[in-house]
Amino acid sequence: MSPVQVRGTVLTVRRVDAYVAMTVVAPAIATRLRPGQFVAIAVGGPQSGMLSRRTFSVHDVRPDHGGTVEFVFLPREPGAAWLADCRSRDVLDIVGPLGRPFPVPRDPASCLLVGVGAAAAPLFALAGRLADRGCQSDFLLGAESADRVFGALTARRTGRSAMIATADGSLGARGSVIDLLPTLVQQARTDVIYAAAPLAVLRAASALAGRYAIPVQALVDAPAMACGTGLCMGCVLPAVGTDGITRMVRACVDGPVFRGDRVRWDDVGTIPFDALGAPGWKSRGGGVGPAATRLTPGPHDIPEGRQHAG
Amino acid sequence: MPVDLRTRLGQLELPSPVLAASGCAGAGRELAQFTDVARIGAVITKSVTLEPRAGNPAPRLTETPSGMLSSPGLQGPGIDGFLQRDLPWLLSRGARAVVSIAGHTIREYAELAVRLSDAAGVSAIEVNLGCPDAAAAGRPFALDATAAGQVVAQVRGSARYDIPVFAKLSPEVTDIVSVARACVSSGADGLSLVNAVPGMAIDPVSFRPALSGMFGGLSGPAIRPLAIRCVWQVREAFPDVPVIGTGGVRTGRDALEFLLAGAAMVAVGTVLFHDPSACSRIQRELEEELVARGIDRVSEVVGRAHDGAGAVADRHSWALAGAGAVAGGGSILRATKGG
Repeated sequence: MSPVQVRGTVLTVRRVDAYVAMTVVAPAIATRLRPGQFVAIAVGGPQSGMLSRRTFSVHDVRPDHGGTVEFVFLPREPGAAWLADCRSRDVLDIVGPLGRPFPVPRDPASCLLVGVGAAAAPLFALAGRLADRGCQSDFLLGAESADRVFGALTARRTGRSAMIATADGSLGARGSVIDLLPTLVQQARTDVIYAAAPLAVLRAASALAGRYAIPVQALVDAPAMACGTGLCMGCVLPAVGTDGITRMVRACVDGPVFRGDRVRWDDVGTIPFDALGAPGWKSRGGGVGPAATRLTPGPHDIPEGRQHAG
Repeated sequence: MPVDLRTRLGQLELPSPVLAASGCAGAGRELAQFTDVARIGAVITKSVTLEPRAGNPAPRLTETPSGMLSSPGLQGPGIDGFLQRDLPWLLSRGARAVVSIAGHTIREYAELAVRLSDAAGVSAIEVNLGCPDAAAAGRPFALDATAAGQVVAQVRGSARYDIPVFAKLSPEVTDIVSVARACVSSGADGLSLVNAVPGMAIDPVSFRPALSGMFGGLSGPAIRPLAIRCVWQVREAFPDVPVIGTGGVRTGRDALEFLLAGAAMVAVGTVLFHDPSACSRIQRELEEELVARGIDRVSEVVGRAHDGAGAVADRHSWALAGAGAVAGGGSILRATKGG
């Protein structure tokens, strides 16, 4: 469903460990939003010198006041700090729901939900949706330290199981969620992996899912988004289309949730030499024969909704 | 009474002088979710190239004070994809399409102009002269009056006669008027002022340039005074050449400022990242600004700041002459006031 731009009134701002959780009244967004989608918020007021919107995965939507969205963030960079200083009744310019949500299985399945830090926020609403489908959720949460693990209590309460890993060992196992992934997938007989975490974790989860031949849905927590709406072309990463061709796709409109096996994780931050339109791309396909024909781009090669927002 | 916002562009009539700027609105699809693209003046498309382009690696954008530094590297589907998917979509929405073109050789520009002339529905062509010139070791065409003029001459010669050709110029030149002159004398029907300015930012965490391409184009309100100055100078030199003013247009008041400086149209760019409905909002605000001043036709304000500009220019040059010595500058200003 297409996004809307609304003025949303701040309902609550509260600290949750190291994070700030903010709830904004925005019925038009809340009623359309599905887990995995995000909102983009203008920061700094109407004459702000900060032109990038700040994008946040939505943690939860609630029906009160017609519909509220809640998101969680570290009040570190100036824009996020400005947002954290907002008070109840302040009004924000907010756009959403944006991006591709988590797809959910048709039939009951055993799902592993992997999240790191505040990036894990959308996994809890996802677990609710999975439960509606008769799916089981096992949580694997991680962070640098205990105060950065988001939603440990909720995970323990709502998940079939919940494991936690912190880099300093202050909560759960010492180490990274990557270390715990293989055993967990075996023990829980995971059918689907959902991951919302930094790139390294998404890459590890995708590799593991590949080994077990199970689907993986990875939510890219891209800090490089300047608009969230697909206009700026800033948040690109290389992904392979259904036609086998690699394209630079935008995390904001083609994601933020990707099939993990479609993203070329090792090539993020580069233009792979075989990507459509990469330097020298034409010369390789410029020979004669069927290969050249296959590499010639045409509109039929571009999967619907991949190059552009729907 | 509603303000008459209609703006003439050669034989073409636009319903409004507010356009979406090239490179900030794709081909209109994303924008259309927030703005009725049929009601704004036109959508200037992201620059189209002959071949598909993957663009530059991430990171491509970084926020700077009141601006944005970006180097997306002309990512796009190429002219085939554009003609088959993007242009028909824009036209089906009732929008006017000003198609921006980019190339690395004069031939590429000319071929793009031919392809666009064969397609129906192109309202105008904007020649993005900010691309590296392969024949000049990668120096952008816009930095050299001769190269810029050659591109414009080829495009004008290749494009259908009834499609206006606009040349988009860079402010990164010593004399914007001389580049403008080369373009106008090569047949440009109008000028777009200005393109983004090269800039750089360093990431204090990684100790490395913030963008993968090292340099990026600085755009947004940070460069508005620079753009206004260029529009002013070009208007002084060529009062009859229509200008699309662009560079940090954020409000209706900013749009009015560009019009007063001599732009017939304004294009909203980087601000769209911040406010995707900015085109409609700015159009509404511009209307309000004009109503508040009792003006009922937008064409009345175009270039109005130049009225009696002779005296102003005098004072300007005096002030500049005295700018080296603060005391001197001050005394000249006092003297002018007194006189």
